[in-house]
Amino acid sequence: MSASYPSRTRKIVNYTMLSLTGLCTLLVVSVLFTILAYLLWHGAHALNLNFFIKLPAPVGQGGGGVANAIIGTLKLLALASLIGVPIGLIGGIYLSEFAGGWSGFAVRYTTDLLNGVPSVVMGIFVYTLVVLPMHHFSTLAGGIALGIMMIPIALRSTEDFLRAVPRSLREGGLALGASKSETIFTIVIPAAIYGIITGVMLDIARVAGETAPLLFTAFGNQFNSPGWMQPTSSLPVVIYNYAISPYDEWHQQAWAAGFVLLSGLLAVSILARVVLARGKKLSHG
Amino acid sequence: MIRRLLALALITTASAFAQPISLTGAGSTFAYPLYSSWASQYQKLHSNVEVNYQSIGSGGGIRQLIAGTVDFGATDGPMTDQQLTEAQQKRGTAILHFPTALGADVPAYNIAGVNTELKFTPAALAGIYLGKITKWNDAEIQKANPGVKLPNAGIIVVHRSDGSGTTYCWVDYLSKVSAEWKSKIGVGTSVNWPVGLGGKGNEGVSGLIRRLPNSIGYIELIYAIQNHIQYGDVQNSSGKFVKADLNTVTEAAAGATKTMPADFRVSITNSPGAQAYPISTYTWLLIPEKLSDQTKAKALKAFLQWALTDGQRYTTPLAYAPLPRVVVQKELQQMKKLQY
Amino acid sequence: MGNIALSTPEVPVPTRGLDRKQTWLERLRKGDEALHLITFAGGWSIIVITALLVQHLWVYSRLARHAFGWHFLFTSTWDPVNGLFGAWPFVYGTIVTSILALAIAIPIGLGSAIFLAELAPRSLSNGLTFLIELLAAVPSVIYGLVGIFLLIPVLSTAMPYFQKVFGWLPIFQGTFYGVSYFSAAVVLAIMVVPFIVSISREVLLAVPISQREAMMALGATKWEVTWKTVVPYARQGIMGSIFLSLARALGETMAVTMVIGNVAQVSTSLLAPGYTIAAVIANEFTEATGDLYLHALIELGLVLFAVTMIINALARLLMLTMKGHEVAA
Repeated sequence: MSASYPSRTRKIVNYTMLSLTGLCTLLVVSVLFTILAYLLWHGAHALNLNFFIKLPAPVGQGGGGVANAIIGTLKLLALASLIGVPIGLIGGIYLSEFAGGWSGFAVRYTTDLLNGVPSVVMGIFVYTLVVLPMHHFSTLAGGIALGIMMIPIALRSTEDFLRAVPRSLREGGLALGASKSETIFTIVIPAAIYGIITGVMLDIARVAGETAPLLFTAFGNQFNSPGWMQPTSSLPVVIYNYAISPYDEWHQQAWAAGFVLLSGLLAVSILARVVLARGKKLSHG
Repeated sequence: MIRRLLALALITTASAFAQPISLTGAGSTFAYPLYSSWASQYQKLHSNVEVNYQSIGSGGGIRQLIAGTVDFGATDGPMTDQQLTEAQQKRGTAILHFPTALGADVPAYNIAGVNTELKFTPAALAGIYLGKITKWNDAEIQKANPGVKLPNAGIIVVHRSDGSGTTYCWVDYLSKVSAEWKSKIGVGTSVNWPVGLGGKGNEGVSGLIRRLPNSIGYIELIYAIQNHIQYGDVQNSSGKFVKADLNTVTEAAAGATKTMPADFRVSITNSPGAQAYPISTYTWLLIPEKLSDQTKAKALKAFLQWALTDGQRYTTPLAYAPLPRVVVQKELQQMKKLQY
Repeated sequence: MGNIALSTPEVPVPTRGLDRKQTWLERLRKGDEALHLITFAGGWSIIVITALLVQHLWVYSRLARHAFGWHFLFTSTWDPVNGLFGAWPFVYGTIVTSILALAIAIPIGLGSAIFLAELAPRSLSNGLTFLIELLAAVPSVIYGLVGIFLLIPVLSTAMPYFQKVFGWLPIFQGTFYGVSYFSAAVVLAIMVVPFIVSISREVLLAVPISQREAMMALGATKWEVTWKTVVPYARQGIMGSIFLSLARALGETMAVTMVIGNVAQVSTSLLAPGYTIAAVIANEFTEATGDLYLHALIELGLVLFAVTMIINALARLLMLTMKGHEVAA
């Protein structure tokens, strides 16, 4: 072989393409940083105490806040978790521990189907299912919409983490005379608990940012929503309405709300991964 | 003695934590600044009543009212007979129109280098929205503005993307001044626009006009004022170029006061009067005759009463014209029809 | 099976030993069947919910389906005043923005995945992947917010120069208002890149080292190893990630409606404003006056659901065959 093997062309192609891939990565990461930095910059400017504790002021007046939106989002997420997490957990246990061939396939396939439903279509569904019969928009309807959206991810992640528990643990439990349900509750689930919690946290983070389904279910409210049966404001909807409005002060509040929402989501996402890492360490260490 | 004190304490704490009465209304973005001010003022007077008004467009207000998902609606384009029948069928109640204030659609624009008030002829506005007039320095616009240097730039037309009473007022006017518009497009809260970009609500249209140079759109007067958007004068049926303000809008309504129909569904666009602003309109609250929840019903009735009387003083600071007294009297009469 | 209890004679219930009264936990033993039933109900409730969803979409779109039939998909008129509804502008907009988004996202996403899987040292790769996956957690409405206030002004300033070079192409003609198919596609591309990067990186890492070593032994450069062996080996997983991203892009609502212009028209120029199915539903749903209008919007929802369902099924199929491929190898 000659000393110039591989040929110069191939070497040039090699260096160019590999550099390009590096550039691609740089592009993606810089986009992320730009978005975060922009949000941080504009959002932090608009953050003040009023923002957190005051209700929206009438149009054109200053000094309002988004207290009702923050409370609304928390209420919606609480209700959504109450609906989505139990069903997801139970379904996950079913798929991992009990499901036979075609039944498991049907549930799994349908779960993926439900997961793929665009959020706006989910909003239509809950509008026709809950809002129309009840004759009003409500926190309940919004919670149901978000809750149904939570089910597929909770279910699949529960199933994945339960499956990851080694068979030997289950067999050990059964060998000691425990019943199947005892094994599941006392051995398998605790072994997978970190993963399951991670899954739930990421799930909540995902639906916390959903806007479209809330437009036709929770609607909106410039005051605090009393109870669960009245329309409610929420952070994502407030961001949307304020962003497309012409008022500068509302734009500021949209940035601040975006900052608060994103910080919350990122914090939960990072926390979830920390929990997972800790869980992995505990089970392997 | 202690038992009585306890009972008293329980009652007072119970009432302190009493659930506020929440009235949900939706509709007109045109009247949103007024209604949000009213909701805030009313809550100061009656701390247990929250009037939750959502600005989703007149079309939305009518829709949600018919579906029964809101307690009252708001619109600047009166409900059609068909919609009233639908409401009767679906909700089992008639819907009453109550005018609450007078407002104006203004042609608002954002032209680079032009800081003066432009004058628009009916032909100019119709031509722009039909897509026939495409440049700012078109003859039709230029001839009404002789001293102004209009750029040779394309006009970006902005309209509503949602069902809107503001649209209704605008196209109602265009239909009256342009036979072509009337036959090709017609009148409605949502029309098949020949050209233009869609903004959601008066808010969205205002936002687009502000952001896009060389754009024009129709918005309610207060939105132009609050957002510092230039708006032009419009030539009325007497040939005069009139700017929208309290006086010109009030004059537009003056002609129609005597002939106000019993159900208050009247159009006051292009009305006679030397100083009448031609693109004026009433804005209505849509109140159902029957409401099943008696607590809510009474609260709604009280709010309506307040809005038609004391509430009128909050109209002028927001550039809406108050209702003529004659009209208010007629409305208070109509309130007797409410079955609560 | 459990009738032994009936034939046992009456004896006092012992409290110790193997015959003692069972504790709650031990009674759970009998609950195996109960647990099976409960979890079965939980699992199948999802099937019930999904069936209900499809049924509702079908029933609440009947007026439009009966009025327009299949023509609905190909008619361009969207005229609420006269009750004429055609889905074509929205279908067109949805397809154009999604395809364009993928055209932007696939090269960049795949390039990044290759870098992170093949070139970057493991710790850097893990760290950067973590950051990129955080992008996936950003809600749609925040992308829209950044789109309106950052992306559109940037594109507006850059567009005149861009049009000087490429303006002769029909897809880049016309005045640029900021809101357009192109802006929506860029935002969508940013939203789906994390999925492509994350999944592709995983499948690239899973390619057996023997494949790489074989190519290197034959004298290939690093790029040739990657492009001619590793990537083709991981082809199905990468395709799966692309389909998943397509499904996501098709259903995106908020970010799109904030930057696309919301005009129901069909335009050859990518710089013109447009509309997508999800955007029109979000904008017009709460105010669709009249049942036909509402049903037409819900029929649009049904169309969107059907399309995303097909794409997701294809994606799953691809991922499944990918796993099969590994086992076979």
